[in-house]
Amino acid sequence: MKIKDYIGIGILIIVIAAMPDLVGNDYYLGVLIFTAFNCLTCTGLCLLMGYTGQISIGHGAFIAIGAYSSAILTTKLGWSPWTAMGCGVLLAAITAVIVGIPTMRLKGHYLAMATLGFASIVHIVSVAAVDVTGGPSGISGIPRLQIFGFALNSDTRNFYFSWGVVVVGLYLAVNLIHSRVGRGLQAIHGSEDAASSLGVNIAVDKIKILVLSAIYASISGSLYAHYVLYIDPGPFDIMHSVLLVTMVAVGGLHNIWGAITGAVLLSLLPEFLSFLSEYLQGIGIRYQTDYDTLIYGSILLLIMLFLPEGLFEGLSRSLKSISGFRGKLAGRSSERAD
Amino acid sequence: MIWIQHDPVIDSGHILLKSLFFYPVLKKQIRKNITGRAMTESTISDILQFMFMGIQRGCIYALAAIGFNMIYNATGIINFAQGEFVVIGGLMMVTLTMTWNLPIPLAFLLTTAFVTLIGIAMERFTINPVKHPTVLRLIIITIAVSIIIKGAAMCFWGKNSHFMRHFSSAETLDFYGATILPQTIWIIGILLFIVAGYIFFFNYTMTGKCMRACAINRDAARLAGINDRKMVMLSFALSAGIGAIAGIIITPIIQMDYARGALLGIKGFGAAVLGGLGNSMGAIIAGVLIGVLEALAAGYISSHYMDAIALIILLLVLFVRPSGLFGSSEAMRLKEF
Amino acid sequence: MQTNILKLDCLRKTFGGVVAVDDLSLSFNKGEVTSLIGPNGAGKTTVFNLITGFLKPTSGKINFNDTELNHKKPHVIAAMGIGRTFQNVQVFSNMTVLENVMVGRHLRSRSGMFFSSILPPMLRGEEKRIRSSAKERLALLGLDQYADVPAGSLPLGNQRMLEIARALALEPTLLFLDEPASGLNARETVVMGRLIQKIKSMNITVVLVEHDMELVMDISDKVAVINFGKLIAEGTPNEVQLNPDVINAYLGT
Repeated sequence: MKIKDYIGIGILIIVIAAMPDLVGNDYYLGVLIFTAFNCLTCTGLCLLMGYTGQISIGHGAFIAIGAYSSAILTTKLGWSPWTAMGCGVLLAAITAVIVGIPTMRLKGHYLAMATLGFASIVHIVSVAAVDVTGGPSGISGIPRLQIFGFALNSDTRNFYFSWGVVVVGLYLAVNLIHSRVGRGLQAIHGSEDAASSLGVNIAVDKIKILVLSAIYASISGSLYAHYVLYIDPGPFDIMHSVLLVTMVAVGGLHNIWGAITGAVLLSLLPEFLSFLSEYLQGIGIRYQTDYDTLIYGSILLLIMLFLPEGLFEGLSRSLKSISGFRGKLAGRSSERAD
Repeated sequence: MIWIQHDPVIDSGHILLKSLFFYPVLKKQIRKNITGRAMTESTISDILQFMFMGIQRGCIYALAAIGFNMIYNATGIINFAQGEFVVIGGLMMVTLTMTWNLPIPLAFLLTTAFVTLIGIAMERFTINPVKHPTVLRLIIITIAVSIIIKGAAMCFWGKNSHFMRHFSSAETLDFYGATILPQTIWIIGILLFIVAGYIFFFNYTMTGKCMRACAINRDAARLAGINDRKMVMLSFALSAGIGAIAGIIITPIIQMDYARGALLGIKGFGAAVLGGLGNSMGAIIAGVLIGVLEALAAGYISSHYMDAIALIILLLVLFVRPSGLFGSSEAMRLKEF
Repeated sequence: MQTNILKLDCLRKTFGGVVAVDDLSLSFNKGEVTSLIGPNGAGKTTVFNLITGFLKPTSGKINFNDTELNHKKPHVIAAMGIGRTFQNVQVFSNMTVLENVMVGRHLRSRSGMFFSSILPPMLRGEEKRIRSSAKERLALLGLDQYADVPAGSLPLGNQRMLEIARALALEPTLLFLDEPASGLNARETVVMGRLIQKIKSMNITVVLVEHDMELVMDISDKVAVINFGKLIAEGTPNEVQLNPDVINAYLGT
């Protein structure tokens, strides 16, 4: 089954390689770069939510920590972007440990509210601490990333780099899932009592995975800052954290590929909706971007009610039953003893 | 025959009443302390002013917290759409009173009924049909509902904040050197009225007793012939109604807009946790406490960080004493959360 | 002379005002099958939860091979070689049967988060060992044909077997089985009895809570009867069956 994931990563690499030529438009390339940042965060979030069964509605805050660390340390202290990114990761990890402490003491989903509260605090601070974060007007003049003197100064280069990071992140996540540690995490999701009766240290493992997912989010935030070159508190509000949860849940909680699917689909949804609004305008219906929120919510609700395992699992299952070639898609039914 | 546990906490609701009635005594003590520390008369009235501000906001957090508790007790889930009930209540009231020019009492009733219906619809269409509920899935469903309500509110009422006239005059009254809005008195009065209704409902009516029985032990309640699905629906209805009332009474002061739900919700949850999740009388005291601390922080630290106070309290309580001020830690460990 | 592997000394647990385990002193002999029996609500599962760290005793001592177990966390107790199953089966329904048992090897392998994610080839040897020993346990319990089936889709009897396989993967020296035969039909119960004897022959001390008296009397070396958290009788199956207190507790006065 690990093979299946590696094949998936291979296909993803081919699609990524071909994408800039297929798109050939800087605007859509930019949209796809933002999609990559969401994919990276959602990969980490899926490890936490889908595999370990702990919900966080505060990953926007970890993105903000990464982004602001990069922005502040590079513009105000003149540090190298890579060192700044490292500091962001460290800071995100430390805060994740602190925020995760309630989960060590309590069963389950207090983490949801703790992270939501934490995300609001980070947002409030990013708006209010004008001296440090620039307040609502933000920080500009963030330098671009350079890899061995090779500047990421075009959208194509940024596209390849950010999706490259996604592939690496995905590779690490896939390996983790199919390892001893990953099985321990899935066991925590299955039954905390049974997992601890088999020697899984559930409190520590939950914190560890929260830290790992915070690191993914923090890196995604740093990359965002170095791509946009300007940050303000706007994109780091609670709604963005909620949106990340939505992406993971819509795509499929229990599968890392579901999280990627959800992140890609929902990141592209606004573009799709603006196409749709042009079309609707043609037939006399006025569609406003104000309706977007309503549509996000409805999609999430419908998926949770009728397809709780998410779009990815749902689609692959219905594909399997339509084609009848279960083996071709699953790639592992040969192992299955029928 | 259903055995109802004697609940000392519900009786402790009187503490709140007492602290209000003994206010002059408290004030005398404050003066004594202050003369000792050579503080000026204006400081007292400042503090008093912040107290009023805090209490009026705190009442709203308390009402939101009661809403959280009702649904938590009946279902074991945290309803992330709780803050949206408050928002819809406020915005609906604005439309009825300011656009349609209905008299306030009628608008009050219509708004509460409307939001109650939203609560019932939410339970019927999103919670009830879920066949194999997991906590994760139910939480995400309530998040989805909150996004939908927020989106709908934005479509109907737009993005700007809405002004609403006060229940009675908007002239401030002088009170021991501080000023108080008549609306604040309305807020406190309505909160007390709801508390009285709450105590009456859960202690003296059959339906209320059934709801408490369900909260204590759902399986046993079902065996005793209580329709637990109906109780879940009722809890959503009541919590939506209470949320709506909170929105209605605060809107003249804070000017409601569509995006306030999330923050109101978290602060209400902060109050619920501080008071001990599931314990509504604790929630009322905690809500008022959070409101007052928030107002003091706004006055003495910075108004920018005011909103962070409730959240920091929430996180601190989760770290230090997750069972809250009035909850028992033994009972906490047994709960499935 | 038999050696004690586990000794309970004046163990007590109260929930609020309710005394669930009342100054219970009991010892378990190495290599034997000991059954805890008693009417419903007698506190048997509470005793299990106290020993395996899921509940903290109010007072008293639990000694395992001369180490005190009080205040140790469940995963630490598991690491000391104490396995258990649950009364209401708790298989990891989100994983396959084989993966369930592989979780049981958690303590017998050591790869950490860093190397698992960055350099999986380095751990291939360990993964292989985990997989093969998990498969051995499945074969032992006759579950090998279900290895790649989601655990949640197994019938109850097989889920109970899977729980035991998972606990055995821990290589315990002491195994607690909480009502292994409840919900099983007569044929499955016989298989379960044979299995427990097989486990005993693997030099594992077994403690079980069970309501099926036929099974208990058949396989136990020693039976302890508990009522209202108190020990009311202890001895060989035959001795216990003839004890008037036991007859009283079961049939009422």
